[in-house]
Amino acid sequence: MAPPAQSQRTQSPSQPSGKGEVSDLKTQLRQLAGSRAPGVDDSKRELFKKVISYMTIGIDVSSVFGEMVMCSVTPDIVLKKMCYLYVGNYAKVNPDLALLTINFLQRDCKDQDPMIRGLALRSLCSLRVANLVEYLVGPLGLGLKDSNSYVRTVAVFGVLKLYHISASTCIDEEFPVTLKHLMLNDPDAQVVANCLTALQEIWSAEASNSEDASREREALISKPVIYYFLNRMRVFSEWAQCTVLELVSKYVPSDNNEIFDIMNLLEDRLQHANGAVVLATIKVFLHLTLSMNDVHQQVYERIKAPLLTLVSSGSPEQSYAVLSHLHLLVMRAPFIFASDYKHFYCQYNEPSYVKKLKLEMLTAVANESNTYEIVTELCEYAANVDIPIARESIRAVGKIALQQYDVNAIVDRLLQFLEMEKDYVTAEALVLVKDLLRKYPQWSQDCIAVVGSISSNNVQEPKAKAALIWMLGEYSQEMHDAPYILESLIENWDEEHSAEVRLHLLTAVMKCFFKRAPETQKALGDALSAGLADFHQDVHDRALFYYRLLQYNVSVAESVVNPPKQAVSVFADTQSSEIKDRIFDEFNSLSVVYQKPSYMFTDKEHRGPFEFSDELGNLSIGAEAAENVAPSLMVEANDKDLLLSTSEEEEIKGPAYNGSAYSAPLYDASSPSVSSLSTQSELAISNPILSGNASQSSFAIDDLLGLVPASAPAPAPLPPQLKLNSKAALDPGTFQQKWRQLSLALSQDFTISPQGVAALTTPQTLLRHMQGHSIHCIASGGQSPNFKFFFFAQKAEEPSNYLVECIINTSSAKAQIKIKADDQTTSQAFSDLFQSALSKFGLS
Amino acid sequence: MSQRGDNIVFRDYRGDVQKGSAEIFFRKVKFWKEDGQEEAPPVFNADGVNYFHVKVVGLLFVATTRINLSPSLVLELLQRIARVIKDYLGVLNEDSLRKNFVLVYELLDEVIDFGYVQSTSTEVLKSYVFNEPIVIDAARLQPLGPASIFMQGTKRMPGTAVTKSVVANEPGGRKREEIFVDIIEKISVTFSSSGYILTSEIDGTIQMKSYLTGNPEIRIALNEDLGIGKGGRSIYDYRSSSGSGAVVLDDCNFHESVRLDSFDTDRTLSLIPPDGEFPVMNYRMTQEFKPPFRINTLIEEAGPLKAEVIIKVSAEFSASITANTIVVEMPLPKYTTRVSFGLEPGAAGQRTDFKEATKRLEWGLKKIVGGSEHTLRAKLTFSQETHGNITKESGPVNMTFTIPMYNASRLQVKYLQIAKKSSTYNPYRWVRYVTQANSYVARI
Repeated sequence: MAPPAQSQRTQSPSQPSGKGEVSDLKTQLRQLAGSRAPGVDDSKRELFKKVISYMTIGIDVSSVFGEMVMCSVTPDIVLKKMCYLYVGNYAKVNPDLALLTINFLQRDCKDQDPMIRGLALRSLCSLRVANLVEYLVGPLGLGLKDSNSYVRTVAVFGVLKLYHISASTCIDEEFPVTLKHLMLNDPDAQVVANCLTALQEIWSAEASNSEDASREREALISKPVIYYFLNRMRVFSEWAQCTVLELVSKYVPSDNNEIFDIMNLLEDRLQHANGAVVLATIKVFLHLTLSMNDVHQQVYERIKAPLLTLVSSGSPEQSYAVLSHLHLLVMRAPFIFASDYKHFYCQYNEPSYVKKLKLEMLTAVANESNTYEIVTELCEYAANVDIPIARESIRAVGKIALQQYDVNAIVDRLLQFLEMEKDYVTAEALVLVKDLLRKYPQWSQDCIAVVGSISSNNVQEPKAKAALIWMLGEYSQEMHDAPYILESLIENWDEEHSAEVRLHLLTAVMKCFFKRAPETQKALGDALSAGLADFHQDVHDRALFYYRLLQYNVSVAESVVNPPKQAVSVFADTQSSEIKDRIFDEFNSLSVVYQKPSYMFTDKEHRGPFEFSDELGNLSIGAEAAENVAPSLMVEANDKDLLLSTSEEEEIKGPAYNGSAYSAPLYDASSPSVSSLSTQSELAISNPILSGNASQSSFAIDDLLGLVPASAPAPAPLPPQLKLNSKAALDPGTFQQKWRQLSLALSQDFTISPQGVAALTTPQTLLRHMQGHSIHCIASGGQSPNFKFFFFAQKAEEPSNYLVECIINTSSAKAQIKIKADDQTTSQAFSDLFQSALSKFGLS
Repeated sequence: MSQRGDNIVFRDYRGDVQKGSAEIFFRKVKFWKEDGQEEAPPVFNADGVNYFHVKVVGLLFVATTRINLSPSLVLELLQRIARVIKDYLGVLNEDSLRKNFVLVYELLDEVIDFGYVQSTSTEVLKSYVFNEPIVIDAARLQPLGPASIFMQGTKRMPGTAVTKSVVANEPGGRKREEIFVDIIEKISVTFSSSGYILTSEIDGTIQMKSYLTGNPEIRIALNEDLGIGKGGRSIYDYRSSSGSGAVVLDDCNFHESVRLDSFDTDRTLSLIPPDGEFPVMNYRMTQEFKPPFRINTLIEEAGPLKAEVIIKVSAEFSASITANTIVVEMPLPKYTTRVSFGLEPGAAGQRTDFKEATKRLEWGLKKIVGGSEHTLRAKLTFSQETHGNITKESGPVNMTFTIPMYNASRLQVKYLQIAKKSSTYNPYRWVRYVTQANSYVARI
């Protein structure tokens, strides 16, 4: 019988009755064990059900183990299954009793019915008892050779289970070798898929202590194996397809034709109704095309519709998983989704976790053409009954305002929020108006007029109150009542619980004092004395600091407290681009949902097949570009990523990526090695030109391909050809030091081609592109439209460095570079090289 | 797991997550945010364990792992497990699950081995599963899945059809040969305050449930002029679709078993349907369509502490069609203390309610016949003076409904052909349409 919900409630707290039931069962089972009466199986079934229902709700029924085993001598398959389930559950805690089961399980492994053979073998391998391993080997070996595919699928995972119980036995018996043979030869798709899964698990676990294993693991992503799987894609179950696709995403094709072949082959997988298959396919597409910017863009365009369909079909949970991935893509390439903004409108009945994602996407895709509509929509949500979402919406409006599009209209909307007289709306809006004023001081007139009319009594939230106080201090000249509002706030000092608010109050009253001294003098005195008596350390210290500052010299104090206002251009981005890239590398995993790379939420051994991919990436390169990459770097890369700062990690990985994409070990400006990467059409253009004098032709290409120097330098006599060291290394500390010490050698402005701008949605691609030209990135950051990169390069023959600061604005398509060099005489040559490299970005 | 957090079925495949995970999960979900305003996301991490969950008819299907897996994979799987169980039990709810828990264990053992998915095909699993389902009384069950809506109202259908287990035989031992094809559309429309359509979308599914023996091949023909993709991928060009009357889908996807060999030329899908319920095709459409209902809302202030709300719903579909289970909902200003309702004279099968706690007005109608119009008048009393912005503090109006035998997209199954085994073989074929509101919102 099923666990009856009510009776179970009353039972479980009172253990004795549970125990009574169990001993009851025991006697009943014993009576039935030897019986051969007709109908005995039915009564056994009832008893077995009871045992399992107790097991499910957590009552310990291990004491009937012996009786269960005795009863299991039966041809009834349902009974057998229940018994196996029971045994699997309790064997681990009762290894001695488990021995009792071996006998009948082994016998069942030789049963005529393949179903029973399979079941018995599965149960045998699921006992998880180390000292019974010897009994597993025989049946497993037979199972792998069984004529029935069901038994073989079970046996393959049996090997994996054995590996987890005793890795040495599994390896010594050479089971992995058998699996490999089965994987490549078995006619049954599920057997093949299970072999792949098992081998992946075994070899990645073994890879750390065996060279053979890591070579075997590498072989899984070799061309023959990958093609073997790709060509059989359709015979696999949808779940096995996911496993195969994950494997394919680690494969590094040798040329572009191969990439296109794979993509064409997998194209129809994008129309699959199973979201997991579609996402796995998308991962393959994205990773294959990382180095081909224009194709990468096309992939984004192609996957848009299937993703949107998945989001709107299926359960809310499924669409959330897909939406998280869509969110990641939108954040990487907002402009591609700019015209689809309506899909990100929130729906009435969506759960808030979905709405939050959508709000962030709306914020990201806002541009000149759609801002008005998006903001209008967001304003509707601000009046929504769902308060957390209303707040998020207001914040989203603010973020869009800070992105510089159509600020005019947005400021009006924000000010309307202030007039809505809902406390939480006012609170959020105040914080935003403050940020807005810091960025666009020119709006102060309009804002101040509205802010001035808000009664500080209606503002209770600390953040909002602090914002209001900041504005009172900052604009005390323009706000008529400022000193008096501050004064009344200071009178209530003791009732103000937030230290943040009190800190702001101190600063604001100081600022006000320097602008309107006669009106503020008393309030300042009160504030300082209240602050000095404050129990909060920071508040106390700041009051003391102001007090001493004023004592020392009033005009110095003024210059400290009221420096000339400077507009803030960019607010700090919370997540570094390295982390974002890392998450992108782990596409179709939990990392995307959590918006964290896997090392932040899983321990090393559980990082799953995704970490495996990084390592593999490095290892597979090792073979073809061994001389290019110091082997020690590759091995360490993984251990270091927890210890090293991300920028250093980038450096270590740098050469590895470089090696995979480019074949030339040493980049030579005069050789057209880059063209190996470029698409066919470009080859046709660039090859004949490049075969001429490279330095000269690079200028020609600049003009052709859209990189136009704003201040065109006179075509100087050709500098000597410059060779760069492809393995250059520099640590961030040295870079910073050098950047400070060296004087500016060159500074130039450019316009970037539209393709280049488009490709910049993923800064990583630029970094990889530049690495291909032996120019390495040491740090990068920024948010659309402003990106900032620091590059360095080293001469091939001598340790002479070039440092570059490159600021790119994607909305104006302008790039500004500043170059500093150890050897100033070659800086022009380097600049040409840099420009030529940059000019090809987005066009290769 | 039941709604109350107790395990109905529990299976540990790898033994790497600690024992108390079920309790940890339930506590986390129940107390996700102190204020109870936000529900827990379907995926979260606690102490290195990742918890996935899917809610189906009040039951929680939960999976745990320590590995960084694909969230889509796990959530799809949980959903699929729920479907397979439903295929077997006929009806999925707490009662049927408790009664059949041994069968469910049996299923789970075949679906997953050592944490890896083996098969979720009802068809394949059939040969491995031996427990007979204990069928529960279908009359008092909660609806599950989109197809369940057919059980309300429509008299054309044998009531038990969609709740039949794939393995159980009819009384009398003979299986009835029949196949169901359901076109289920969920529509989302947002009207601006002036009645103009801001956004509209149709998310549709062609769902199939086959009880045919011997798995014959089936051909489904859709509208011949069906277009897919906006301007481009289709061989036809339907850029100005509204004029030509053609149905243009934005995008669609198909079930594994569907062959699209002749889809491009004559819009037919051919497939050998596996047992159980599955979506043949999912589609999405943003092409303009005629919304089934128009909603007009009027708010009039009547003195400092009073206002009147008038909501008018007009059904803009043919009189031969009747919508059912309609609910109109509208948030009111939070200082509303009392609402008195006035229905039109002769109104039957309507109910009104003011939810004090959430300050919402609710108006339920049993049915609306096409072409008709219904009005609700509500007099509001406030506890404080309004500042002339009642409209800003109330709304939007949200509506839910079900319209059987109606589909907004005009996508049609022209014919359903079953490869004949013999001349006498003529199974029952059911093609049904239904439209449901997903998010049907009118701003005021």
